[in-house]
Amino acid sequence: MQEADILFLEDSFKKYYFNHFDQIKVPERTSEREFGYQKFNSGMTRHISLKDDKELHLLLMQNIPSDVYCSNACYTFPNLPMNEKDWKEADLIFDIDAKDLNLSCRENHTVSICNDCNEVSKNLTQCSKCNSTKLEKKSLPCKNCIDASKIEVEKLSEVLINDLAITRENIQVYFSGNEGFHVYVYNSQFQEIGSRERSELTDYISLRGAIPETFGMKKFKQDRASFPDFNENGWRGRFSKYVFGSKSKRSKIITELLANGYSSFQKTLDNASENIGVKIDPNVTIDIHRIFRLPGSINSKSGLTKTHCDDLTNFDPYVEASFLSDDTVEVFANSPIEFKLKNKKFGPYLNEKVTVPTFAAVYMICKKLARIA
Amino acid sequence: MLALGQDEIAKYPFLADAGQYLKDQGFSLEQFGTDPDLKDLIKKAYQRILVAADGKIYKSDLDGDHVSKEAALPREVFSFLLAIVLLKLSGMHTLIKRFALAEARRAEKYLEKDLANISDESKNQLAIRVIDDLFSVQVEKSDGYFVIPVSDYLKHSINFHEREWKLINRHVENGQVFLSPHETVRLIRKELGTYINSKIINAKTPTMIPGFEDSVNKLVLLSKKFVTYTVTTGEYPPCIKHAIEILEKGENLPHSGRFMLASFLLSKGQTVQQVAPLFKNAPDYNERVTLYQLNHLAGTSGSGTQYSCPSCEKLKTQSLCFATSECDNIINPLQFGRKKK
Repeated sequence: MQEADILFLEDSFKKYYFNHFDQIKVPERTSEREFGYQKFNSGMTRHISLKDDKELHLLLMQNIPSDVYCSNACYTFPNLPMNEKDWKEADLIFDIDAKDLNLSCRENHTVSICNDCNEVSKNLTQCSKCNSTKLEKKSLPCKNCIDASKIEVEKLSEVLINDLAITRENIQVYFSGNEGFHVYVYNSQFQEIGSRERSELTDYISLRGAIPETFGMKKFKQDRASFPDFNENGWRGRFSKYVFGSKSKRSKIITELLANGYSSFQKTLDNASENIGVKIDPNVTIDIHRIFRLPGSINSKSGLTKTHCDDLTNFDPYVEASFLSDDTVEVFANSPIEFKLKNKKFGPYLNEKVTVPTFAAVYMICKKLARIA
Repeated sequence: MLALGQDEIAKYPFLADAGQYLKDQGFSLEQFGTDPDLKDLIKKAYQRILVAADGKIYKSDLDGDHVSKEAALPREVFSFLLAIVLLKLSGMHTLIKRFALAEARRAEKYLEKDLANISDESKNQLAIRVIDDLFSVQVEKSDGYFVIPVSDYLKHSINFHEREWKLINRHVENGQVFLSPHETVRLIRKELGTYINSKIINAKTPTMIPGFEDSVNKLVLLSKKFVTYTVTTGEYPPCIKHAIEILEKGENLPHSGRFMLASFLLSKGQTVQQVAPLFKNAPDYNERVTLYQLNHLAGTSGSGTQYSCPSCEKLKTQSLCFATSECDNIINPLQFGRKKK
């Protein structure tokens, strides 16, 4: 990224942190958390400990980071190197990202930027100008992406509440600032479990690794009565709704499943996993030493804010997570894809000089689809 | 500590304080080596180890009928305590491990019986308390099931590699896992073995006692049987081959895949300089970052911790596992191709 772009982004971000500091939610037990940040074109600075939100504010104003992170874990000594921190516990966290949902809309709004010649194109396998395969992909997520991610958040909440006895008040949902949602679970029985246990929990939530026996199908001595019922709790209940569709079809479908046999049932399970398993990024949940994007901070992949969702169903990130100013600025834009921010449509721009509000300019520059004119 | 009755000590002898028990019964170790009436118990103890070394469970006199129960109970405990003395004197860790495991399996049978005992509530409660006291697993009864919090379940079940122990294959409801008495006890098998093992390891080794030498010498000979040699084919496991292929094609390998590949090769003895060129084709290749990260993994920079290759289980979760029959139920890619001889 060129110097002028960085200065412009830093200036816009600084104004945000000055005017909208109330958006930032410093987690409870602040002094036991590890903080970290990145600046534009520079590496990560981490192992920082902060007493309270005043210190955080100072850090933001002094450094104007591109991204700010905070640990989901609590430590005795958050500022020491990793193996001396003395890990105590960690909130359970989940990342749901539209790019992991295999959505058909993706290719309509994803472009590639060639690492060798900077050409922007909609060809996602090879640079259309220099044939290089070193491509960086940038997506401008659409409403469908956000809606599909919301469905995953709903599915996740259902498993957390019904199967794992988490209360709704202890589940907090945030728009990640780019293409998905971050979900936090507080005060649960899982605070103190380690990474391997969280990996198992992840498999449970994604309906991964299930064996046919769990859902009633046996290798030998098959038995109709062991198949799940509609009103059962947990995955057996959800599986039965998915596979049988309606109560009246249950009997007929069990006959079919039995006739198709054991290994075919494993395929049915894999299908179910794909369709009704919750699509979370396992790496995030498994990591108990992660520093995770700080709620209320700006995501430098988009210039949008990681925003708390009070009403997930009606939440519109392109209205509610865009906090940057309306002041106009002139940019060279090369964004072949149209996008909508704060209810205004922008683009497509084909290598042209345009005057747009700051929030739209930041969005495009962060996506590497524009530069300051 | 739990207050135990005679028959409970016979079932769970590892719960007793050995020295105190002998004292309470009015015996010293030396007596067992010399007293003709007691010498038999050393043989019994030796047998108990022999059975364990063979991978079987010692068949207790408690189940038989040829000795009156009254006399059998102390004999049961003595043979256990003497077995430990013999093991300590022999100093053979492989035997101690096998013995601890077999004793755990034996205790497991009694725990299971006690848990399932619906006619005697006190037996039931004892088993529940043993599990809670030793392993901090809070078991509650609910309609013939034993119910434990999901988090407690996970702490123990992660030691199993069989798929039926995965949480997804369990009856989970309201933050709890529902188990049968058998499963409840099975869940803590490894910890029970570890517990007994550490009790033996931490016990004081006595000086050689006259009358014990014979059995001790036989144990030393016996343990030689268990030495194994391994050979490695040197071929890469399918997950590593797959990762290398992706990189060779210039496609994107996720961070977790790169971590797997690099930690695997570094563990196999390759240097950072040998590993680094593999990543040259990655779409976002940056030499400085790659070297920094590899040095970090190798433990030559940063905290100095050398990272090890993730387990197969973890790789499955991350969709990086491409197991073939050649994997032969290994639990870490580093074990691939290793054959016991």
